[in-house]
Amino acid sequence: MHTPHDAHHDGHDHGPADHSELGEMDLRVRALETVLTEKGYIDPAALDALIETYQTRIGPRNGARVVARAWVDPAYREWLRSDASAAIASLGYGGRQGEHMVAVENTPTRHNLVVCTLCSCYPWPVLGLPPTWYKSAPYRSRAVRDPLGVLAEFGVTLPQSTEIRVWDSTAEVRYLVIPQRPLGSDALSEQALAELVTRDSMIGTGVLAPVGRNP
Amino acid sequence: MSYLAQADLGGQLGHGSVAPDPHDPMFHAPWERRALALTLAMGATASWNIDMSRAARETVPGYADRSYYDIWITALQSLLMQRDMLHADELLAQRSTRPAPPVQRVLRAADVAGALAAGTPTQRNATVPAAFAVGQTVRTRAHAVPHHSRLPAYAMGRCGVIERIHGMHVWADTHAQGLGEQPQWLYSVAFDAQALWGSEARPDVRVSIDAWQPYLEPA
Repeated sequence: MHTPHDAHHDGHDHGPADHSELGEMDLRVRALETVLTEKGYIDPAALDALIETYQTRIGPRNGARVVARAWVDPAYREWLRSDASAAIASLGYGGRQGEHMVAVENTPTRHNLVVCTLCSCYPWPVLGLPPTWYKSAPYRSRAVRDPLGVLAEFGVTLPQSTEIRVWDSTAEVRYLVIPQRPLGSDALSEQALAELVTRDSMIGTGVLAPVGRNP
Repeated sequence: MSYLAQADLGGQLGHGSVAPDPHDPMFHAPWERRALALTLAMGATASWNIDMSRAARETVPGYADRSYYDIWITALQSLLMQRDMLHADELLAQRSTRPAPPVQRVLRAADVAGALAAGTPTQRNATVPAAFAVGQTVRTRAHAVPHHSRLPAYAMGRCGVIERIHGMHVWADTHAQGLGEQPQWLYSVAFDAQALWGSEARPDVRVSIDAWQPYLEPA
């Protein structure tokens, strides 16, 4: 009664590790994919398309464009403050794991840091998939309890008087940090500004170095 | 009280320091990519919702010792097995040998971009007024509950201030249990770090959670 074998169920590219020794997890996941394909629940070509999307199209360059626009366009910045989901969608980013966005701005006196202590909630449309450390127990346990200690592990030190604001993403709202515009970047174009924006600066675990100086 | 959530890590001691790696690969092995894609593609069949997925992940046996995508794939297997969509002997045989209960839809490659762009919004039209206003002090519920829930233990029984109102959203607690969306008002509630961690915490640190209204009472 199950659906017949799909001719293409084994035809996708598993990458260079394909013909080397396969570990337990490789075998488990392969077996699962094979069975689900035979049952007609999944289309392996859709799996390839999903992977390709997150490897090449959805990542932190999207968020960097949002940040750069906010730096150069006060009306856009205001829109981002009042309705981040719509402002971000206007640049073409939205959907899965970014349906309800809030943008939080760093200032000389306030620094924002984003975490998900309960799992790994992260704004996929603007930042892509979360880095390993974001999903790790050390970050999830400590970001809410010792944010300054965590920041120090990223090499970030802030002026003593800075207020720290930690956002624990416990529901379906996703947070994007708008970092402070780097000193010395006044003459740069929006595109050049976007290239300065790092992933970590949009999570709050990084700050942007001044432009035109050696580190 | 047999529900054992193991994913609530906020404030736990002993996990060591964070190890940022600038060369961190998106996937550490080819199977991780397939695990991600399998999970997303099976999610698209609408056989369960994201809150059921999170419940399945946080209750995976041996959560703390498994890698991230191992948790995902183990949770995916249990979601499938609970619905007779997969059987252990089929995994061993690496082939489908049992009937496949039908699913609502199958994600095709051509539909991937559209499905990701649409996402799964959780906000619903407001049907009742919000009970709390920005600036109001509230107290979170003080006890754990025997099902999936999104109030972290470190923020239980604490006083905080409503900072943002996000509208009415699908309530994770009922949604995860198959009891429907039961939309509730959702708030960002901000706590002084000293209210969470005691006087050793710095006074200029504040931490917020997003909390559905049933987690809160006036303080």
